[in-house]
Amino acid sequence: MKYEILKLLARNAKYSAKDIAVMLGSDEDTVAKEIAQLEKDGFIKGYKAIVDWQMVEDSYVSAIIELNVVPKAELGFEEVAESIMKYEEVESVYLMSGSYDLNVVVKGKTLQDVARFVARELATIDSVTQTTTHFVMRRYKEMDVVLAGDEKDDRGQLFI
Amino acid sequence: MMDYSKAINHTVAEIKPSGIRKFFDIAATMDGVISLGVGEPDFRTPWQIRKAGINSLEKGKTKYTSNWGIAQLRSAVSDYVKRKYSINYQPDEEILITVGGSEAIDACIRAVVAPGDEVIIPQPSYVCYEPITRLAGGVPVIIETKAEDDFKVTKKQLENALSPRTKLLILPYPCNPTGAIMEKEDLEELADVLKGTNVIVLSDEIYAELTFGGKRHVSPASIDGMWERTVTVNGFSKAFSMTGWRLGFACGPREIMDQITKIHQFAIMCAPTTSQYAAIEALKNCDGEVERMVHEYDMRRRMMVAGFNEIGLVCREPKGAFYTFPSIKSTGLSSDEFCERLLYSKKVAVVPGTAFGESGEGFIRASYCYSVEHIKEAISRIGEFLKEL
Repeated sequence: MKYEILKLLARNAKYSAKDIAVMLGSDEDTVAKEIAQLEKDGFIKGYKAIVDWQMVEDSYVSAIIELNVVPKAELGFEEVAESIMKYEEVESVYLMSGSYDLNVVVKGKTLQDVARFVARELATIDSVTQTTTHFVMRRYKEMDVVLAGDEKDDRGQLFI
Repeated sequence: MMDYSKAINHTVAEIKPSGIRKFFDIAATMDGVISLGVGEPDFRTPWQIRKAGINSLEKGKTKYTSNWGIAQLRSAVSDYVKRKYSINYQPDEEILITVGGSEAIDACIRAVVAPGDEVIIPQPSYVCYEPITRLAGGVPVIIETKAEDDFKVTKKQLENALSPRTKLLILPYPCNPTGAIMEKEDLEELADVLKGTNVIVLSDEIYAELTFGGKRHVSPASIDGMWERTVTVNGFSKAFSMTGWRLGFACGPREIMDQITKIHQFAIMCAPTTSQYAAIEALKNCDGEVERMVHEYDMRRRMMVAGFNEIGLVCREPKGAFYTFPSIKSTGLSSDEFCERLLYSKKVAVVPGTAFGESGEGFIRASYCYSVEHIKEAISRIGEFLKEL
């Protein structure tokens, strides 16, 4: 049940406890309690809207920065990851397998903003040996939601 | 000057085109209409099935197949129906691959029915049985299934409908549009009535995989004494979201299948080759995908049933297919009026129950092949409509 609730809320955080109860064949009280528990236990970190910022603001830029990092003895990548994630400009930080170590998504108003942030704040961290910046040119889909163009219902008009 | 009234077969000319066609053509031209009308899944065909079709094309598998369908697919069908519904059919001569379940229904009716023969058709049900029977010169004998019987065919109804001229009984379960299913005991009662007759049963099981609430579909052919008289029709459209691939199958005793296959051979040759290759993958490796879709339908089903009951339309719990069939009798409107006024005032398209036979009067069919958000919006508009009546 926990897992089913999480799957539904991850699909649409606006589903009410009642909606979920109906869909899962449970009752509203039980579901509400489960959700409260999931929040308390930290399975659910928060709820926010998926905004198409390209539509809202004249200037919105984001970039994926690949960082090569020399891990510290005992601490590994934790220390540097923790210091990076504190920046407001940083949307997400992931430790990666493969040819680089940390994947950092950075947002800003202009290309210069982002470039400056990388040069001044990220590249200067002691353990960072290399940065590679990829600017996002167009967002097609974000968090399962299609941003560019509508997915049309192309079913034929065969009603019966 | 041609006189087409003399040129055209009068039996065909007398068949009414689907009455709701015009109504939905209007809906299609209106802006902002949301529909609960369609009878096909919103899911795409699972990728691995599409891939299998593409692979077959890449390998150049573009020729006709055997009339019966490719051997590998027939053998997969044999395994599948045994595994799922405990019915045994030999891949050779007892299984025919067809162009959708539709072709199997058509060929089966034509193989069995001669002019003047009676065909028992339970209604409300899918729209094709009656016209195809008439095209074969047969006489439809309608059983009006009742909401209070959960839209099942009862023993008594069957007894009353049977006559010495009865050739065929259609069993359209799980049922479009009512969502009804026939359980083992229900089928056993019918088997009792049929025992000792030469009546053949055409069991249209296209929705067999879509049953809910722990109820598994029971194939009539799995009931004692029924195998020998049953043609089991199924297909890939609904369970595997493969409507556009046009692929189905018919299984039955060799004596009947030989005749059905003659019609298929001369009318169709063989089912689409690409679809047949894709279908092997569907039957062998897609249980998980089907399960995922059924789970999704189940959540929508609950949402829709709860929604209708909440806004004041009595809606029984459908046990199969992907439709709800709420009663609109409380509004005092006819099904046609209800649907038309709902379309014009709230821009929601649903299908009048009468499209599925006169006994559908007082009901509407609403499909839940739509996202939960779409369903909620539609129900909320129908709720407003009811308040304004």
